[in-house]
Formats: sequence, structure tokens, C-alpha cells
Amino acid sequence: MYTTVIGLEVHVQLATKSKLFCGCSTAYGAEPNTQTCPVCIGMPGSLPVMNEEAVALAIETGLALNLQIAKFTKWDRKQYFYPDLPKGYQISQYDLPITHDGWLEIEDPKGAFEPKKIRILRAHLEEDAGKSLHDESAGKGDTLIDLNRTGTPLLEIVSEPDLRSSAEAKAYLTELRLLLTYLGVSDCNMQEGSLRVDANVNLHIPSDAAANDDNAQDGKIATPIVEIKNMNSFRAVERAIDYEADRQYREWKETGRRLGQSPKQTRGWDDAAGVTRAQRSKEESSDYRYFPDPDLAPVVISAEVVAKVRERLIELPADLRKRLVADYGLSLYDADVIVNQGRPTVDYYLTVADGSGDAKSSANWLTQDVLRTLKNRELAIEEFSIPAERLSNFVKKIGAGELPSARGREVFELMADDGLEVDAAMDKLGIAQVDDSEIESLCQELLDANPKVVADVQGGKQQAIGALIGQAKKKNPNIDPGKFRATCLALIAKG
Amino acid sequence: MTLVEQSAADLLKQLAAGELTSRELTQAYLDQIEQHDARVGAFLRVNAEAALKQADTIDRRRGAGEQIGVLGGLPVAVKDLLCQTGEPTTCASRMLEDFRPPYDSTVVAKLKAADAVLLGRTNMDEFAMGGSTENSAFQPTRNPWDLERSPGGSSGGAAACVAAGMAPLSIGTDTGGSIRQPSAFCGVVGMKPTYGRVSRYGLVAFASSLDQAGPISGTVADTALLLQAIAGHDPRDSTSLNAPTPDYTADVDKPLEGLRLGVVKEHFGEGLDPEVDSAVRAAIAAYEAQGAKIVELSLPHSRFAVATYYVIAPCEASSNLARYDGAHYGRRTEERAMLASLQAERKAAQEAGDADALDNIDTALVRMYRQSRSEAIGPEVKRRIMLGAYALSAGYYDAYYLKALKVRRLIRQDFDQAFEKVDMIVGPTTAGPANKLGEFADDPLGMYLLDLYTVSANLAGLPAMSLPCGATKSGMPIGLQLHAPPLEESRLLRAARMFEQSGVWKSKRCAL
Repeated sequence: MYTTVIGLEVHVQLATKSKLFCGCSTAYGAEPNTQTCPVCIGMPGSLPVMNEEAVALAIETGLALNLQIAKFTKWDRKQYFYPDLPKGYQISQYDLPITHDGWLEIEDPKGAFEPKKIRILRAHLEEDAGKSLHDESAGKGDTLIDLNRTGTPLLEIVSEPDLRSSAEAKAYLTELRLLLTYLGVSDCNMQEGSLRVDANVNLHIPSDAAANDDNAQDGKIATPIVEIKNMNSFRAVERAIDYEADRQYREWKETGRRLGQSPKQTRGWDDAAGVTRAQRSKEESSDYRYFPDPDLAPVVISAEVVAKVRERLIELPADLRKRLVADYGLSLYDADVIVNQGRPTVDYYLTVADGSGDAKSSANWLTQDVLRTLKNRELAIEEFSIPAERLSNFVKKIGAGELPSARGREVFELMADDGLEVDAAMDKLGIAQVDDSEIESLCQELLDANPKVVADVQGGKQQAIGALIGQAKKKNPNIDPGKFRATCLALIAKG
Repeated sequence: MTLVEQSAADLLKQLAAGELTSRELTQAYLDQIEQHDARVGAFLRVNAEAALKQADTIDRRRGAGEQIGVLGGLPVAVKDLLCQTGEPTTCASRMLEDFRPPYDSTVVAKLKAADAVLLGRTNMDEFAMGGSTENSAFQPTRNPWDLERSPGGSSGGAAACVAAGMAPLSIGTDTGGSIRQPSAFCGVVGMKPTYGRVSRYGLVAFASSLDQAGPISGTVADTALLLQAIAGHDPRDSTSLNAPTPDYTADVDKPLEGLRLGVVKEHFGEGLDPEVDSAVRAAIAAYEAQGAKIVELSLPHSRFAVATYYVIAPCEASSNLARYDGAHYGRRTEERAMLASLQAERKAAQEAGDADALDNIDTALVRMYRQSRSEAIGPEVKRRIMLGAYALSAGYYDAYYLKALKVRRLIRQDFDQAFEKVDMIVGPTTAGPANKLGEFADDPLGMYLLDLYTVSANLAGLPAMSLPCGATKSGMPIGLQLHAPPLEESRLLRAARMFEQSGVWKSKRCAL
């Protein structure tokens, strides 16, 4: 069967306050054309001035993605006509991107694919274009242009074609988004267009024809590469890739057309219909006529600047996962669940685990009860009514046997609802520790009152004790059922 | 001497002493324009009301004892290429006929801050492309010395208005000689400062790596005065140089001791008009008489300068002018008519069953761009856009643009080496005097060769200036060109002043 070969181009909006070449705000959602100035709308005579923070964020991302940071980089103009591109060119980077040649490791705790390094070819800076709004109401064919987004800094992260399935593509995107949000270099909000994905897809198909094909490798021939645009969710990326792989296979069987026999095609993803559609070749036949932008000086990035940016780098998700597995004894799966929630959840976990001394139990309470509560109540961890220190005391009490684990959930819920400390919650629920002599006397009392149970147990039916547990809990709700059962069995055995 | 015949420096003294008001002076120039500009055509728009109002404000402030800027109420004309809030900034193109910038270029802002009175907007070749000011979409400008002749270009209006006494000071821009060549043709003083010395912010771009605004005036001292007002670092222009601005006006009268003057053999080759040749040699002799040492030298790559320029400038122009697409501002084609004809074409092709023709019909958007640009851009600008787009396109980039950049570096190296031996280079500004109007109508290459001696300074980013050094028998001015190392405007001005004071040639305003 064939191999799917996928490379992704991810456009990330960098979290600067102002645009790449002027002081206009990058905030989302303002009235159209209110965040513009002569520079970002390309008025005659206006000139760009580089935003140094955007450069720093690009370097920071580059370091996190193991990319080489260019010592010398420059700005180029990419020329094409489009109504939302006010200057008639986009300021981008062509042959000397700010960062190049790195990798991102992806892992699959569920085991659908092996952990692997996805190579990254380059990540370069560029300015965003504006937005076209098509007004087709009442037979109109108007196009309105909103230039608020024009000049917003983007980092285009281009992977090598190392991905082999839609699942891997999704894992790559998920990990990339997580990393970028950890760094805080982007909010990666796909609804607001802060993260946009194009996918390059083709197939390598085992074929006898490979022997006579220059593009063939390992007895496989390659189908023409298709670039899929306009996907607005990771789910859409997965579906589009799966659809496209299937479509290319069918097309290959029909036409036998291979890489090099037709130009690279651009297709759009129609999410509602679940299909990719060819875009008119005329709209895409581009010669961008790149050349260095004479309005902007080349950028020399010194080792000092890189060192300064490196100082603000924080621990990355992959390293955190490794630390949770190695130092806290968690399964990769649990570590993954915690890390994928974002840095505040990791910090929460670390406080609970360090304070309680019980890393595993802390992880269980966090990944189950805490996350479920947050989800139900639609809260972020920062807004949660049980601060980490409090949960830490709670876990510690259970571990020490001071809080029967059977009643843990009751206490947890009360803590969550009323914002109580663990002791206060236990008091309110009347939970007190029962000492061994008290349990023993209660067992004796109930065994004496229920000779049939004693006889059943002696006859081999240990489960008969169960009938006494309910009675015991009525007499003393703090009784630990496990302990009660064990004590009763011991007394019966003693005779 | 009437007011409009005097130098800006003299007028400034009278203004400062209270012997003259800015209103009187402004009115005198407005009268001169009123009287003569119908024949010369130097201005595209004169805003008399605004100018007089500005003059009144300055007079009132001076009367109240307030501090007044260095231009102290002197009128200045501005080439119609530098954005000025609310004033038409057309670049002499139909494309920008209705463009009113919402902001001031840095040069205009500095003029305002220096208390200049902004007289009006001067004519030019469309988007500064051309060497004769005949490529204006609105009117040709005529040379005040001979109305049958061109004033040169592209700052033809800016040079002609000074020559004709319609403004004491004027701002031009120079991409390949557009200040110096018309200054030579019109018998005035014009300087292209070092690239980056004067901010390009708000200067409508022709070729960004070459464009530079600079002063045009009647005397060297006046040029120093105007340069003083507009020079300086601008954080809004990334290519602006962060260097202190010397006091040009204070130093201009100090002659240079032991000046080593370079004379470039390539400047005296074939095609040089004999009258220009002898006037320039007389000027060199005048320097020698003042103690300057003359050094013969060669700029071996200067013979490639015009070719290099006509690759780089159109490449940048094709990109800079892409924004004029009819979508955002500037002229848009009449859309209803355009859409109707598009529909008719499509229908005809459909009925004929001509699939190829159908496939070749533009989308409405492409048609809108194409037609808007076709209608609003003139032939010379189109020619350069085509040249640039071709030279930058895939497969040609290395052979043209990249090669031109390499030659550009060699041209700069020639100068660097020359300036190790000499303080200044002296030679002709142009190969001949002003040409007849219409002379290059069918000969664009001939027009391009007018830039032969001037383009190198732009390619190398050097300061250079032209000042009058003689006249032909028929009375047409001849220009002397001086080149200096980067940021040495002060040296240029002092050397130019030395020639002016030598008495070899007394420049004068033309009689209209």
C-alpha cells in the first residue's frame, strides 16, 4: 500500500502589541480599518520600520524548535496583486530566513505511531495581508477590504515532508501549538486566525514503473504534490489529508500521473462538503519576483542578542514530560495529559505533588477529579476554588490514612463547592479518624448480634460480612469499610 | 534689484531685521508666478491663500518676538512628489490626480518647522521618471532661458521656478540626476545629498535605494541654508543615517586649504559638447588658481553606470508602483463599463464556443487592475515597470538584477579608491546644454543617456551637486558637477562656494 508524505506550513501570529513595521495595534476584533496608518496600508511615500520585539519572538521560537539562528538576515518583497495586499507586495523573507534547520519531536502516548523528530526547514518572518469581505447580499457583488490585520507579524514555520499520516500531522500541530503557547510567543487562536495551516501532500506508491522514474525512491513512485489551503481547525487538517490521500490514489490509478508530470496544484478544503477542490491554475500561476526590500536594512543578529533571548526561554513541554516521568514516576500518558493542559496546570501539579509527597495520587486527583470539575464548570485552573496548596494537604491526609479514601471524593467536592480547607470540610462532614480499638469493639458487637453471618463466613462465604458494613456505617459513618471487614474476619478466625 | 532677484540669504537678513515682511515677499513671488508661469509651467498648483496665511502667521510671531525657524518666512516650492497634508500630491500622474495625503513627509514637516512658506507644488516627470519634465501627465515645463527647450528632469519644475524667480528655494528629488541635471540646464544650484542624509519618509518612491530629496536654489549659500533645514536622522526611515548634521551655513564661506581635486578622464570622453568641455575646464583652472591640486584619475566602471541604473531603478520602480492598482486609492477604471464589456466578451466567446478565448478572459479583478493601470499610467512609467518586472522575473534575476548589484558595488569601490587620493571630484553635470522639447519623444535611450554623469552618485550613495559655470554662445547655462565622499556635504558646499567667489562665472537669473 502507499505511503502518505506530508509537509506542513504553519503561519503563526506573533504576540506583539504592535505591527511588524509600524506602531498600529494588533488587537483582534476592532471595527474594520480602525487599526491602520499610512505605513501599514502602503500609502505613497510611507516607509516600514522593523519591530524588534517580533525579531526577538522569532529567535525565541527558533531556539525552542532547535533551529539555527541566522547571523545575517534580510527582508524581501514578494510581489503579487490582490485587493487585500495594499502595497502590491508582501514584506517577507526569501533566501536568508531568520531561522532554519531544526526539529520538533512528536510522541504518541496511545501508541498509534512511534515517537519521531519532524525536521523543520525554516521559520521566517513576514507581514500579514488584510481581509476581504465579500458582500453578496441582495444580488450585490461587492468586496469590502479590512486592513486591520495588514502588517501583523507572522512566523511561517515550514516542516520537511517527514509526516506520514494525518494522525502524525495532528500530533505535530498539537505539539507545535502547545510549545508556542508555553513560550507565549503566540496565542495560537485558530478562530481569530492566529494559527493557519497549509499542507503539502503526495503519495509514494510501490510500482514496477519506479524503475524508469527519476523521482522514484525505494521502488516507489511519487504522485504530484498538492498544496491544501484554507483549513481552519486541526480536525479539518486531518480530514483534508485523509481525503486528499484517497483522492490522489484514485487519480493515480486512473491517470498514472506522477511527480514532475504536472505542476504543483493548489486545492482548497471545503469543510462542509468534506472535499478538496482544485483552485483555478490562473489564480495561482505566480512568479513572485522576490528581491531585497530596499526600504529595510539587513538585520545582523549578534550572539549577545541570541543569548539574551535564550535567557527568557522556559522549560518546554517535551522536557516537562520527561521530568514528570523521570522524577515523579508518572506514566507517559499521565505526564502527557498534565503537560498538554498548559503550564499553569503543570505548576499546579508540581505544587500538589511536592507538598503531598505523593506524586502518583496527586496525578490521579488532578487528571480525574480536578480536570473533570474544571471542565464541568468551564473554569481555567487559575480560577479553581481549590488552590494547589489546599489540594496538596488533602492528598497528604489521604496518604497518611487521616482521611479515609472512600470519603475523599465527598471532601473534595465540598472543598470545591465551599472553598474550604480540607480540615474544615472534614469537620463539616463529621469525618474523624476511628481508632483500632473502637473498630474492634464495633465488630465484636455486630458479630455477636449476627450469628448467621459468623456461621456463613465460617462456612466459606466471606462476602457475608458485607451485610454488616452497612450497619457499621450507620453506627459510625467514619468507619473505614476495608478496615472493618479485615477486623471482623480476624475476629471470626480467632473464634 | 527686485525682491525676486535677490538671494534667499539676503532676503532672510531683511526679514530678520524687520525691513521686509514674509507677506510682502510671498506676494512678490506669487506675482511673479502669476505673470510668468503660464509660459513656463513650473507649478502644478499654487496655493496663494494658504501661503499668505502662513506668511502672516510667521510675521505675527516675529512681531511678537517669538523664535523663528531657520527659513524665517522664506517661500519654498516643493516638488509634487513629497507628501503634504491635504495638498494634492500627484507625482504628475493621472493615477494620483486626486490623492491628498493624510500626512506630511518628513521634508515638508521640517520645512514647516523651519518656518518656510510653502508656495506650491512643482511639475515633474511622472513619478520622477524622465529627464525632461515632458513626461508629466498634466503639462510640460519649459526652460525659462529658452521656452523651446526642456528644463531637464525630473525636477524640471523645481529648477525652472528658481531660474525664473518664482521661488527663492525649492525642493527636488534626485534618483539618477533629477536635481543636478535640471539645475545645470536651468543655471541654478542643486544638490543631491548623501543617500540617507535627508529622510525619504513621505517621498513617493520611484527607486527606493537611489531616491534622495535635496535643495535647489540660486546660490551655494542658499543651498546650504535649505539643506540645513531638511537634513537629519529620521527614525521613520530605516535607511536614514544616524549622523549629526553639521552647521552648513556657518561653514560655507570658509575656503578649503590644499584641496585635491580629481578630474575623471571618463567624464571628458566622446559626446561631450565642446562648449561644456571648455567651461568645465575653465572652472578647473579657477580652482587651480586658488591653490587646488588637480589629480587625473579614472573611474573604470563608470561606463556601466547608466546600464546598471536602468536595471536597478526600474526593478525597484516596478515594485514600488504596484500599489497603484485602483483598489485602495488613486484612479480606478469606470467599473460599470468595464464589467459590461467583460460580460460581452465572455458571452461572445461562449457563443462562438471558443474555449481558449474563454479561458483567456480576465477575471473581473484582474481586468480592474489592468485597465486602471493602463488608463492612469503614462508611457515612460509603463516602459520602466515592464523593464523592471522583466528583470526581476524568475530566470532573469541573476542575469540582470543581481549582476547590476554587483556592478553597483564596483562603481562604489571606484569612488572609494578615488577618494583615497582626492578630496573631491569635479567634472561636467551633463554632456550638453538643455535639449529641445520633444527631442526624445521617440528616443527613450537618448533620454537615458542624459544621466551619463549623474547616475554614479546615486548608485554609490554619494553627495554631489551642480552649479552654474558658464553658458553656451546661445545663452544656455552649463553646469559644473562636484562629487564628495559620503556625508561630506559641507566640503561640497565650501568647494562650490570657492568657485562661485572666484569670479570666473557670475550666475544670474534669466530675464523673462
